[in-house]
Amino acid sequence: MHVTLTHYLIASAILFSFGLFAVMARRNAIMVLMGIELILNSANINFIAFAHYGGMHLDGQMAAIFVIILAACEAAVALAIVLNIYQQFNTVNVDEVDTLKD
Amino acid sequence: MTPDTTLQLTDYLFYFFALLAILSGGVVVFSRNIVHSAFSLMFTLFAVAGLYVLLNADFLAVTQILVYVGGILVLILFGVMLTNKIVDVQIKTGNIHILPASIITAIIAGTLCGVFTLTDWFVVPDAGAPVAKSTASHIGEALITNYVLPFEVASVVLLVAMIGAAMIARREKKK
Amino acid sequence: MTQEFLLQLSLAVLLLPLLSFVVIIFFGRRLPRQGDLFGTAILGVDLLASLTILFSKLNFFNDVVPNFTFTWVDFHTLVPSATKMADFPLKLDIGIMIDNVTAVMLVVVTLISFLVHVFSTVYMHDDIRYSRYYAYLSFFSFSMLGIVLANNFWLIYVFWELVGISSYLLIGHWYEKKSAADAGKKAFIVNRVGDLGMFIGIMIVWANFHTMTFDGIFSAIAAGQIPFQSDAWMTAAGILIFCGAIGKSAQFPLHVWLPDAMEGPTPVSALIHAATMVAAGVYLVARVFPMFTADALTFIAYIGAITAFMAATIAIAQNDIKKVLAYSTVSQLGYMVMGLGVGAYTAGFFHLATHAAFKAGLFLASGSVIYAMHGALHHQNDHHTDAQDIRNMGGLKKKMPVTFWAFVMFTLAISGVPLTSGFLSKDQILAGTLAFSDLTGHTLIPILGFGAAALTAFYMFRLVILTFLGEHKDPTRLEHLHESPKPMIIPLIVLASLSFFVFYSFNPLTPADGWFYHAIERPVTVVPASLASASSEVFEEAMHHEHTTAMYLSLTVASLGILFAFLTYYWKKISADAFASALAPVHKFLLNKWYFDELYHATAVAGTIGFSRLLAWFDNTFIDGIVNGTARWTLALTLGVKKNWEVEDHAKGMVEDHAKGMVEDHAKGMEGKREAMAYLFFAALLSVYVGWAAGNAALSGAGIGIAIGKGILGLIVAGGTFFLLHAGVGGFDNKVVDGTVNLTAYLAGFFGLMLRKVQTGRIQSYILFVLIGVMVLFFLFKL
Repeated sequence: MHVTLTHYLIASAILFSFGLFAVMARRNAIMVLMGIELILNSANINFIAFAHYGGMHLDGQMAAIFVIILAACEAAVALAIVLNIYQQFNTVNVDEVDTLKD
Repeated sequence: MTPDTTLQLTDYLFYFFALLAILSGGVVVFSRNIVHSAFSLMFTLFAVAGLYVLLNADFLAVTQILVYVGGILVLILFGVMLTNKIVDVQIKTGNIHILPASIITAIIAGTLCGVFTLTDWFVVPDAGAPVAKSTASHIGEALITNYVLPFEVASVVLLVAMIGAAMIARREKKK
Repeated sequence: MTQEFLLQLSLAVLLLPLLSFVVIIFFGRRLPRQGDLFGTAILGVDLLASLTILFSKLNFFNDVVPNFTFTWVDFHTLVPSATKMADFPLKLDIGIMIDNVTAVMLVVVTLISFLVHVFSTVYMHDDIRYSRYYAYLSFFSFSMLGIVLANNFWLIYVFWELVGISSYLLIGHWYEKKSAADAGKKAFIVNRVGDLGMFIGIMIVWANFHTMTFDGIFSAIAAGQIPFQSDAWMTAAGILIFCGAIGKSAQFPLHVWLPDAMEGPTPVSALIHAATMVAAGVYLVARVFPMFTADALTFIAYIGAITAFMAATIAIAQNDIKKVLAYSTVSQLGYMVMGLGVGAYTAGFFHLATHAAFKAGLFLASGSVIYAMHGALHHQNDHHTDAQDIRNMGGLKKKMPVTFWAFVMFTLAISGVPLTSGFLSKDQILAGTLAFSDLTGHTLIPILGFGAAALTAFYMFRLVILTFLGEHKDPTRLEHLHESPKPMIIPLIVLASLSFFVFYSFNPLTPADGWFYHAIERPVTVVPASLASASSEVFEEAMHHEHTTAMYLSLTVASLGILFAFLTYYWKKISADAFASALAPVHKFLLNKWYFDELYHATAVAGTIGFSRLLAWFDNTFIDGIVNGTARWTLALTLGVKKNWEVEDHAKGMVEDHAKGMVEDHAKGMEGKREAMAYLFFAALLSVYVGWAAGNAALSGAGIGIAIGKGILGLIVAGGTFFLLHAGVGGFDNKVVDGTVNLTAYLAGFFGLMLRKVQTGRIQSYILFVLIGVMVLFFLFKL
C-alpha cells in the first residue's frame, strides 16, 4: 500500500504503546527510562510527519529538535538520579523505592 | 485522479524501517535481559532516524543518531553497567501488575490507531514526495532568527541539566 | 582591494586578540614562555593589519564608509499576530563600519597594545600570574577594538562593559594587595554610575527611533524626528550618553577611580588607563557628535574644562610618580572632551591620538624607572622604601639615559612645546576654546584651558627635575641602578619618535595641512538648526582668527610653567616648602585631591550604608517583629488554653474522687467552697420557685392542696434538674461531645485506611490509574 501520513502515525502509535507499557510495567528504572525514550521518539515521528505532510516544513522539525534537546537533559538527570538511588537503596527497581509511603 | 498504487522504493524503505522500529521496540520492552533491551533500543533509534530521512528531515536524522545513539544510549548503557550486578543473575528484570498494564496499553493502542485512521487529516496535495534538498542550512537559519529565544533557553536548560546531573550523581563522602 | 576585503580584515583585527585570549587563558601554562610571545605576535599581526586598513582607507576609500550590518535578532516575526508590534519592530541590527576615525583608532589601539605587550615581557616577567596577565591584555585589546569598530549603540555598550571588566581584572591583578582589590572595585562601581546614564540615554534613543545603528539614528534625527518631540529630550539624550564618557574617561564628577587604578601593573596603566580605554569616552563623544545639541556641547565643554583644570591642580601636589601621571591623564582627557565640546572636533580627536602616544610613553618610562628602582632597592635588601615616590629619586639621568631622554621628549610634547605632536593638538584645542568664547561668550572655558596648560608644563617639569636631574640625596643608594633591558626601552624610543610633529604634519606650527586634518573632518550635525551649535564654517573662521593669539598665549603660559618649575626645583630660587606653608590651606586642599574621595564617602557611600542600615533596622524591627510577635502570641494563647485545660482536668478528677468517696481534706477546701456556692445557689432558686408557685396558687384562689402539690412538683423538677446538672454534665461531655470527636477521628481513620490500600507507593500503579482515568475521560467525551 502506498505510504501516507496514517502509516507514520500508526507506526508511531505502536512505538508509543510499547513505551507506555515499559513505563507502566517494567520494574527496572532504566527500563522505564528506555520506555520514555521510545515515547519521545514516537512523538518526534508525529511532529515530523505532520510537518512533512501538512506543508509546514521547518516548524515541526524545530519542535523535534527541542524534544531531542530535552530528551538529552532528561536522560542525563534521570540517570544521575538512578545512580543516586542505587547508592542509597542498592536497587534500581522502582517498586522497592517507596520510603515516602511510610 | 487515480491514486498511484505501485509501490516505490521509498515505500519499501518505509515498511522496512517501520517494521524494524516496531520489532526492535518490542524486544526493548519485552526482553527480560536489560542489556538486550539496551542494544535493541539502538536498532529502534536507527530505524526512527531512517523514518526521519524518509520524511525529508535529514538534519534531524543525523542529530537523532548523534544525540540518541551516541549520547543517550551510551548513557543508558553506563546506567545498566553501573547499577546491575552482572556477575549475579540480577540482570534480569521483572514486571509488575502485568495484566492491567497490558489491558490498558492495548486499549490505548487501539484508541490511537482508531483515531489516526478515522480522522480526515489535512494534507498538502503534493507533500508526500521527498525533496532532494538539505534542511540543515534552513534549520540553522531558523535557530538564530525565529527560534533564537527557545534556542538560548534550551542552551541554559542543557547547562542546568549538566550541572544538576553532576551534582546529583556525585558520590557523597562516607562519614 | 575592495570594501569587503577591508571589512574582513577589520573583523580579523577584532577577532585575533580574542583567539589569543582563548588560547592563553586555557593553554597559557603549557605554551612556551607561558604564551607571552604568542600574544605579542598576535598583536603584531594586528598592528600590521590595522596599518594596512588605515593606509588603504585613506588612499583608496577616503570618501566611502565601508559598513557591514546584519539583523541579529528579529523579534517581530516571533509575534506575527501582535498588531501592536506593527509600528515598533523589535529588531536589532548590529555591524561594524570603518570610517577614518575608526581607522585611526585601530592603529592607535593596536600600536599601544603591541608596545605594551613587548614592554611587559620584561616588566612582568617574574609575576606569578604572568600567563593570565597576557590573556587579560589580549581580552582588553579585543574589547577595545570592538568599541572602535562598532556601528551601533548596542555593540558599543557590550564592548564598553567588556573593557570595564578587563580593566577591573587588570587593576586587581595583584589582588592579594587589599588596595589593588579595592581600586578594582572602585573603578568598576564608579564606572557603573556613568554607564547607568549612558544606558538610559541609549534607551531614550531606542524608544524613539527603534534602531541602534548610528546611521539610522542620525538619519532619523536629520529627517526631523526628535525624541518625544521635545528639544529638551534631545539635549538630555546627548548628555545622558555623554555620562558614559564621564565615567569611562574619568571626567569631573566621576574622575576619582582613575588615580586609584594606578594600583594595577604600570604597563596596564599605560595601555588602559592612559592611552586607550579612557580615551573610549572621548571616542564615544566623537562618534555620536552629530546628535549633540548646542546645549549638550556646552555642557560637555564645561565638564572638560573643569576636569582639565582641577586635575592639573591636584597633579602639582602629588609625590607618587604614577599618581602625577594619572592626574595628568585626567587633565588631558578633560582637554580632549573640552575640545570636542567647543566644536574643535578634529583637534580634540587629534589630541586623543597624540596623547595616546606620549602618555603611554610617559607611563612606560615611569615603569622603566620603577623597575630600575625596584631592582636597586631589592639589591640592597630594602623593601620599605617606596619605589614610586619621586622624593626617593633624583639624579637618575646618568644611570638611565635612554629613559631620561624619552621622558623629556614626552614631557615636552605634553607641555605643548613647539616641534612636538602635543603642541600641534593642544594649540588647536586652545584656539578652539578662544573661538568658542568669541562666538558664545563663555570666557571661563579658555581661562581654565590656558590655566591647565600652564599647570601642566609646571608639574611635568617638576616631575622630570625631581626624578632625573639634580643629585640623589644618597648616591650610594643608586649604585646598582642601571638602564632597563631592550624590550623596555625600544617601545620608549618608538613612542618618543612618534611624539615629533613630522608624523602628523610637515608644518611644525599648524596641523591643518597634515594628513590627519584631511582625514578627520568634523561631521555635519543632524540636529535641527535651532538647536545646533555654530556651523563648521563659522567655527573654522573664528578659529583661524584666533589661531595666532592662541599660539602665542599657549607658548607664553607653557614657558611660564617651565620657568617656574626650574626656578623652584632646579635652581631652588623659590622654596617649594615655603610656598606650600605660605599657602597651607590650598596645599592641603590639593594634596587631598579636592577632598573628592571624602565627599563621596560622606555622601554616596555613607548614604548607601545608612540606607542599608535603615533597611536592616526595618527588617529587624518590623518584619522580624511581626514574625516573632505572631510566634509569641501563639505561644501565649497556647499556654493560656493549656492552663484552662489543666484546671478542667483537675476539677474533673475532683468530681470522680468525690463519687468514689475518697475526698481529701485539702481538696475540700477549694472544691467545697465552690460546691457550697452551688448548693446555696440552687437552694435560693428552689426557695424562689417554691415561693412563687405557692404564692401563685394562693393568689389564683386555688386550694392550699394544689399549692402544696405544685410546691412538691417544683421541688421534684428542681431537684431533678440539679441532679442532672450535677451528675449528668460530665456524662454529656464524655458521651456526646467526646463521642462526636471520636467518631470523626474514627471515620477519618477508616477512610484513610481504605484509601491507603489504593496507595501502593509504587509510582507505576499511579501511572496505571492515571491512564485508566484518561481513557475513561476520552470515551466519556467521545461518546
